[in-house]
Amino acid sequence: MKQVSTISGRAIPLGLKNVDTDVIIPAHWLKTVSREGLGKGAFETIRQAPGNPFDVEDFAGAPILIAGDNFGCGSSREHAAWAMLDMGLTAVIAPSFSDIFSGNAFKNGILAVELPQEQVDRLLEVAKDHPITIDLENQVVTTPFQDRFPFEVDPFRKHCLLNGLDEIGLTLERDAAIETHERVRADSLPWLDTPTRNRREHA
Amino acid sequence: MASKPRTLYEKIWDAHVVERQDDGTCLVYIDRHLVHEVTSPQAFEALRLAGRKVRRPDLTLAVPDHNLPTTPRTAPDGSRLPIADKQSAAQLAALEANAPAFGIDYIDAVAPEQGIVHVVGPEQGFSLPGTTIVCGDSHTAAHGGVGALAFGIGTSEVEHVLATQTLLLRPSKTMEVRVEGELGPGVTPKDLILHIIGVIGTAGGTGYVIEYRGEVFEKMSVEGRLTVCNMSIEGGARAGLIPPDQTVFDYLEGRPYAPQGEAWDKAVDWWRSLATDEGAEFDKSVVIDAAAVEPTVSWGTSPEDVVAIGGTVPSPAVFEDAAKREAVAKSLDYMGLAPGTPMEQVKVENIFIGSCTNSRIEDLRAAAEVLKGRRKAASVRWAIAVPGSGLVKRQAEEEGLDRIFTDAGFEWREPGCSACLAMNPDKVPPGERCASTSNRNFVGRQGPGARTHLLSPAMAAAAAVTGHLTDVRKLSPK
Repeated sequence: MKQVSTISGRAIPLGLKNVDTDVIIPAHWLKTVSREGLGKGAFETIRQAPGNPFDVEDFAGAPILIAGDNFGCGSSREHAAWAMLDMGLTAVIAPSFSDIFSGNAFKNGILAVELPQEQVDRLLEVAKDHPITIDLENQVVTTPFQDRFPFEVDPFRKHCLLNGLDEIGLTLERDAAIETHERVRADSLPWLDTPTRNRREHA
Repeated sequence: MASKPRTLYEKIWDAHVVERQDDGTCLVYIDRHLVHEVTSPQAFEALRLAGRKVRRPDLTLAVPDHNLPTTPRTAPDGSRLPIADKQSAAQLAALEANAPAFGIDYIDAVAPEQGIVHVVGPEQGFSLPGTTIVCGDSHTAAHGGVGALAFGIGTSEVEHVLATQTLLLRPSKTMEVRVEGELGPGVTPKDLILHIIGVIGTAGGTGYVIEYRGEVFEKMSVEGRLTVCNMSIEGGARAGLIPPDQTVFDYLEGRPYAPQGEAWDKAVDWWRSLATDEGAEFDKSVVIDAAAVEPTVSWGTSPEDVVAIGGTVPSPAVFEDAAKREAVAKSLDYMGLAPGTPMEQVKVENIFIGSCTNSRIEDLRAAAEVLKGRRKAASVRWAIAVPGSGLVKRQAEEEGLDRIFTDAGFEWREPGCSACLAMNPDKVPPGERCASTSNRNFVGRQGPGARTHLLSPAMAAAAAVTGHLTDVRKLSPK
């Protein structure tokens, strides 16, 4: 994972609530075996409407998206995070996120910043003409004005993002603990370990 | 000293924690991993690039479902027919190559057991009570119907599980959805879960694992429980589960991947111990009056946009929240519906009976019961019935259900995800409506511009017969 600390730039003021992952990337884009190139399909239905915020010239290459409640609900497709990255988005600010999307965002180094609705409303206003800064180290969103909006972030995720840590690499270092768990499990609940063998015996 | 009373979720969670970090993040062991063609290729590729192997291929099962066409897969001479869409064919080929390369059991596209991964898991006895089950698909919540802690994951997590058989997670909060009383005649598990989502909202369960409690669930078949738990994610909850009981044990016993003999008896003993303790506390509790649940349909583009079939399309003005008012106005515009329209007057051109929510044998029986001796209305252009697996299809055919569907003007298809998500040839054209037994009515979900009305299999069959959304209770039995 690449290191993430401060994200600064224009923010696309989308503002919609319940933006589901089918809206972020429709299913017909999912027929790929790669993580690349999905930006072309990102927010496809929204972008078909004339005057949509994504196609406003000022927001070309903007690193931040501002949305409404329950962003990323629905399908678990990580293609949503890949599509956003591919179009240059590295942070989303919203009042709330779906559990699966916030995990997928984190794994791809996208900051999912939760702020109360009234602060999101203020940022939607500011974003029309001004840049926004997200400082992960100090956990605060600022504007060129006096706004300072502190946000919460899971300490483990913050640590991984600031240091660019590979979660799988970290977990593989815990191999001894996993082996111990597997031994205990094999003693106490041995039937958990036999699905494939059961099938072959059955067949 | 007696230990603190725990919920079913807490008992399963505790039994699977490998390690707990100081910051509260837990390394959690995964018992069962289901893999399909769409969300796995990038994970396998990353393993290959890093020179990593699959830690427990024996706890992993792969089956294709999402992008397979549901038209016949073999020619009359038994040879496999190619998939016309090149990208879908490549994705399928990737899974076909990755499964054996990493030593994973693979149910191929023409195997009799092939089907939608969330139908196949319980049907094969791969999904068991008290286990942790994951899959790169949000409807993995379905497996909570057998009393498992089951949830959808992204592709990076698929890779993490393949490499380590664990996930890094924080414990969820617990929510009890207690349903009191009994469902009325003609009211199905699908109506109940649509109603529940209408009550809690699509974000109501975010951060929670739901336990569905009450006599209704004790009396419910395993198929019905899978339907309810399947849509937990539509209420924002990553997982939902129902305490495992004799109904579940009877369903699972003897299935191919289930334990056998002495191991089975030991497993059942453990499963019985998992029920939520007397006095255990939930972080949130929602009470639903079963008698108030009617056959339910959706009117908008979010699964929380539901109403009883006797109701009308709501006006945006009735919603308190300004953002919701705006969303409702947009929804109604997309859906082409005017406020105040009685739901029963909404005409549908397409009928889809299938998906991981409603494609099991009980669902097909319920639809067939309505369709028997009837035909779809002339105004219904396209009606398909898509069994959830090859085994469901075979059983339905043994019961003669396929004939009932085809006599009624339905197409009888091969198993797969089909028209639920518009990534295979089964799509709803722009501007047309579909009465669909699937789980999501999102904008463009069944195809660009398609308009989805979620409902139960019996209600979908009733809509097919009349050509408009219809209270199935009004159709006299034939």
